[in-house]
Amino acid sequence: MNIQLQDLTKRFPARGRKAQGEVTAVQDLTFEVPDGMLVGLLGPSGCGKSTTLNMICGLEEPSAGKILFGGQDVTHLPPELRGVGMVFQNYALYPHLTVLQNITFPLENLKGAQKLTKAEMRRRALEAAALVQIEELLDRKPKELSGGQQQRVAIARALVKMPKVLLLDEPLSNLDARLRLQTREEICKIQKKTGITTLFVTHDQEEAMSISDRIVVMKDGVLMQQGAPQQVYDDPANLFVAKFLGTPPVNVFEGKVRGGRLLLAGQDVLPVPGAPDGAVWVGIRPEGFVPDQSGPVVCGLSRVEVLGRDVSIVCTHPACTADTLRAIVNARHDVDAAAHTVHFALHPDKVFLFDRKTEARIRFGTQG
Amino acid sequence: MHRNSHKAWLYLLPSLVLLGAFLVYPLIDVLIYSVEEGFNFASQTYFGVGLYNYSYVLHDPYFLQAVQNTFVLVIITVPISTGLALLISAGLSSIQPLRKLYQTVYFLPYVTNTLAVGLVFMVLFQKTEYTDGLVNLMLRWFGAGPIDFINGPHWAKMFVLCFYTIWVVMPFKILVLTGALASVNPDYYKAARVDGTSRRRIFFRITLPLISPMIVYLVITGFIGAFKAYSDAVALFGTDLNAAGMNTIVGYVYDMLYGDSGGYPSYASAAAIILFVIVLTITCINLLVSRRQLRD
Repeated sequence: MNIQLQDLTKRFPARGRKAQGEVTAVQDLTFEVPDGMLVGLLGPSGCGKSTTLNMICGLEEPSAGKILFGGQDVTHLPPELRGVGMVFQNYALYPHLTVLQNITFPLENLKGAQKLTKAEMRRRALEAAALVQIEELLDRKPKELSGGQQQRVAIARALVKMPKVLLLDEPLSNLDARLRLQTREEICKIQKKTGITTLFVTHDQEEAMSISDRIVVMKDGVLMQQGAPQQVYDDPANLFVAKFLGTPPVNVFEGKVRGGRLLLAGQDVLPVPGAPDGAVWVGIRPEGFVPDQSGPVVCGLSRVEVLGRDVSIVCTHPACTADTLRAIVNARHDVDAAAHTVHFALHPDKVFLFDRKTEARIRFGTQG
Repeated sequence: MHRNSHKAWLYLLPSLVLLGAFLVYPLIDVLIYSVEEGFNFASQTYFGVGLYNYSYVLHDPYFLQAVQNTFVLVIITVPISTGLALLISAGLSSIQPLRKLYQTVYFLPYVTNTLAVGLVFMVLFQKTEYTDGLVNLMLRWFGAGPIDFINGPHWAKMFVLCFYTIWVVMPFKILVLTGALASVNPDYYKAARVDGTSRRRIFFRITLPLISPMIVYLVITGFIGAFKAYSDAVALFGTDLNAAGMNTIVGYVYDMLYGDSGGYPSYASAAAIILFVIVLTITCINLLVSRRQLRD
């Protein structure tokens, strides 16, 4: 079942005695989570992701706009009638109940025709537990579990009612780095196995990129871009998206376009056919630099970090907005770490131009 | 390790000395007093050692009356005040407007002097030659006859005492429970709402178990406090509680020491030890029961 958001808006009354008016947390948000897909809702802290999630699950009432589940309007339905399962950032497992009781809890709420027998509830709970592989932990209390195990219990509890939609709020942020890698694959696997439409919220772009079928990038309550992770990475719609996706981050320069040529610190570095003259922001991905003795980009070399397969070259450039810029090149390239300067040619696909004022993308050449 | 434990004892020494001087020593002293028969306060002499003091106290109708009053007070006020406090604090945490005002109103009795409150209660409940009192005025609207709550039948006096005690002890309980309710992570409620849990079930299955340690604390301290009741009775019925038939165990101890029938430290000590044993037993039972419940 797909989820559609149409012009979803949420305004909160401003906090504090002197504050006047309203704060807009989410503004005219429109996107779709296709049936059976895993979609990552991505953005920096405070951009309205969690508010969006809360509106989808029914904990918050939208100020305007519509939420459709499989074409049916659920905007004003209470959470329990929407058929959603939710996993909270801190898991919200009831500390006084055992794992089994926690998983059974949602089933005990069912009323009327949906009411289940004790045996049926147990069977369903065991099924959910088996799905996330926690059968041997059923009699434990949440505090006796590791973070990763608690996470799985929370997922089992969210899945036990067989919801049509699974929502995860920062599912990995409470786990350590190693467990995070493992758990995100786990989530991906469970999602593929159940085929349940899943939306998860994260501020970690790597997390979102690695497991999502699609990503939706938000900033200040406004949709920035959506699409397949690779597509968004390769073709950012604006400077924010370019900066937000990718580790190491994109290098940003102040540049100028004159007569179809891109100038960095007065140096002609790249032909940019079709781009209008004027001042621009230039984003260059770390992998967009190609070491080339006759290359037009001349940088002061700070240090070379060997990563094994790749080499990370940290250097300086007068037009760069940061103190240093970082280029990732294949270890095949022999970089002289003792040299004072390093010359690069640029990979046109990895160079993005943005309007200096609106920060919107300016496409050139084949990028259009 | 050994050196460390020496050091630990050294750090504990000041509090141990104080506890010993002001808690353990008096307790032992009271125990000794309670077994010295025919103790004379002036000459500090006694005839012999035995359990006569206990026997006297346990056969004293005033003491039995005091024990009965105390138990009635405990059994009525502790559950009612805790239950009401739970209801009120649950209500307080679910309203937004005027919450601060209500909190203040409910907390006022806590900062008010016991005797002053007692005076107000007397004005409300007392029936004199000039007026029947405010409560009787209201009773008359419902067709009930005037009752003298302060000098009348025993049940009426007991009612006023219980009413008064509940009113006095509730603010603290509300304060503690409102704090406990506020400390429950709101994500539990959100999770429960997404699962369609009814408000009633949320309260009994989630809220109540999560704040149960605080409830246990309130019940235990409530029991202890109610067993030690004295000033409340004095505030309402004056110092001659035996005559009013409203004495409590602590009141009896006081009377035996300093009251009109005073000058009997041995009897007072025996009564105090009996109270100590009762409170200890009840507290142990409370702890055992609550521990079992918390485990389940």
